[in-house]
Amino acid sequence: MDKKELIYQLKQQIIKQLNLSGKTPEDIGDDDPLFVEGLGLDSIDALELIVLLQQEYNIKLKNAEEGQTIFRSITTMADYILEQQAGAAN
Amino acid sequence: MTAPVYISGVGVISAIGSNVAENLEALTSGKAGMRAMQRLQSIHKDSLPVAEVKLSNDELAALTGLPAHTSRTALLSTAAAREALAGSGIDIANWRTGFISANSVGGMDKTEDFFDDFLRDNNSGHLREVVNHECGAVTEITADALGIKDFVTTISTACSSSANSIFLGARLIRQNKLDVVIAGGTDALTRFTLNGFNTLMILDSEYCQPFDDNRRGLNLGEGAGYVVLVSDTVAKTLDQQPRVAITGWANANDAHHQTASSPDGKGNLLAMSGALKKAGLSPGDIDYINLHGTGTNNNDIAEGTAIRTLFEGAYPDMSSTKSLPVIRWAPAAG
Amino acid sequence: MSLKQKDIYISGSVCIRNRTVRSGDKIVFKSDESADLFSSLYEKLDIDYPKFFKMDALCKLGTAAAHVLLKDFDKSAYQPQELGIVLSNKSGSIEADINYFESSKTFPSPSLFVYTLPNIVIGEISIRYGFKGENAFFISEQFDPEWIVFYVGNLVQHQGIKACICGWVDVENDEYDARFFLIEQGKDNGLNFTADNMRAVFSQE
Repeated sequence: MDKKELIYQLKQQIIKQLNLSGKTPEDIGDDDPLFVEGLGLDSIDALELIVLLQQEYNIKLKNAEEGQTIFRSITTMADYILEQQAGAAN
Repeated sequence: MTAPVYISGVGVISAIGSNVAENLEALTSGKAGMRAMQRLQSIHKDSLPVAEVKLSNDELAALTGLPAHTSRTALLSTAAAREALAGSGIDIANWRTGFISANSVGGMDKTEDFFDDFLRDNNSGHLREVVNHECGAVTEITADALGIKDFVTTISTACSSSANSIFLGARLIRQNKLDVVIAGGTDALTRFTLNGFNTLMILDSEYCQPFDDNRRGLNLGEGAGYVVLVSDTVAKTLDQQPRVAITGWANANDAHHQTASSPDGKGNLLAMSGALKKAGLSPGDIDYINLHGTGTNNNDIAEGTAIRTLFEGAYPDMSSTKSLPVIRWAPAAG
Repeated sequence: MSLKQKDIYISGSVCIRNRTVRSGDKIVFKSDESADLFSSLYEKLDIDYPKFFKMDALCKLGTAAAHVLLKDFDKSAYQPQELGIVLSNKSGSIEADINYFESSKTFPSPSLFVYTLPNIVIGEISIRYGFKGENAFFISEQFDPEWIVFYVGNLVQHQGIKACICGWVDVENDEYDARFFLIEQGKDNGLNFTADNMRAVFSQE
């Protein structure tokens, strides 16, 4: 899967996992901040994103703090997933 | 309305000691209570250190005179409440006496034992393991053991539970509804608690470091602690006059988030200023603050900001005893 | 001067049950059988609060009831600490408890875990409407108006509460039942805050 497809899929998964009712993938900009001023997510949502990474991508974060950089935007999430997958393939 | 409320006895059991003397000794010598999980059966046994009470259920049963199959929550409660009452110099037969005990897990430890068997085969498991599941049942066991009948109730408001039970006790004495109240809380460490907090990813796999740059989260523990609150009338009859009075208290709602504190510390500020107001004191009268200091980033920011706002420029001494591996046995900490 | 119980009035009431929303004795909205109750409430009542969709059923029900109850309430007439909430039910948070238990078989869900206490519904209403005064949640087999009148009356007379949401909010097996009252001190509308007056509103079908 290329990065563009991954980004679209991530948006769909986030909308579903976080019950962002009424939002569509088109509403979420690739580089919009996910927390506070952007999508307005909170600390519990951050934990749900960690669950999402584990469930859908088999990636396990060691601690919640790591999420602060990884979940900055959809792009940073996608980069992190691709990097982990590349690492796992080697 | 402002009748004094005194503390005439204390009792405690925790990972650093089975009574007040042992706890004081460990606190002054800085002895740690945390270690790898010994008693609790959990898949996190090797990764999450905890502060367990050293005594086994059999040892606690011998100490309290209760049957060994009693919920650990009630065993801990009875040990600490009995110590508090014994040291208070009070004969409860002479006074209207209440027992207000906080807990969050009730008899969950026994329910978990039951559940293992029950999951494998729903015809197995002993039902006596679950009859004290509910939080109030644990309080009743200790109240019966101490012979308290006038007023018995349970408070379960997570981390603020024990503080709330002391507030309620003090109010009942001020309103002249009771003369003596044993107030405090108890919790045994259970898989339910450990896994719940772990879901929130706020447990530290090392010793917690509140208000430290490297803070990572909190550690869980177990224990029980009680104070004996008495009215002025009761205090006058005691051989040893109480040296501590409870003069102010408050709790508050910051209307911010289900699990997080507001970063501006609104809730902490409301509670601290409410307690000062009730006591008729100003921030300058305060000599020491024992911090909540859980070790999470969110707590430290909220608590720190509130203290800055209230005490700006003239800070009293303050410290958190959580880093001294007494640790948070959730409701008993306050 | 201490306030008297007779100076406290019921200034509003809302009932959500049998897919019908009532405000006072007026039917505000009736959802048809096929529609998802909460989605249609959200839309038809103009709730406009995206967090609504993240809540468990108990909090959705409480938030929707509070939304209707507070429609014409002027919050700015009070300090946040003067606004209280006292609710009760019979099923606790059983729906959220079961959902969390189900999720824990695969990946335990943090957002379900946070709803596994019934008083979270008070928290959600507090957050939405900025209520920062006393609050309490009671569990009883049935709605107990005598207890609510005693407890809330005491908050108003002695604890500095001037307006309070109180009542019942229960969810069990897709059965939704909310009856909320708004009580205020000194707003004389002839409807005193008594158990009988609450019961009369409560028994409307």
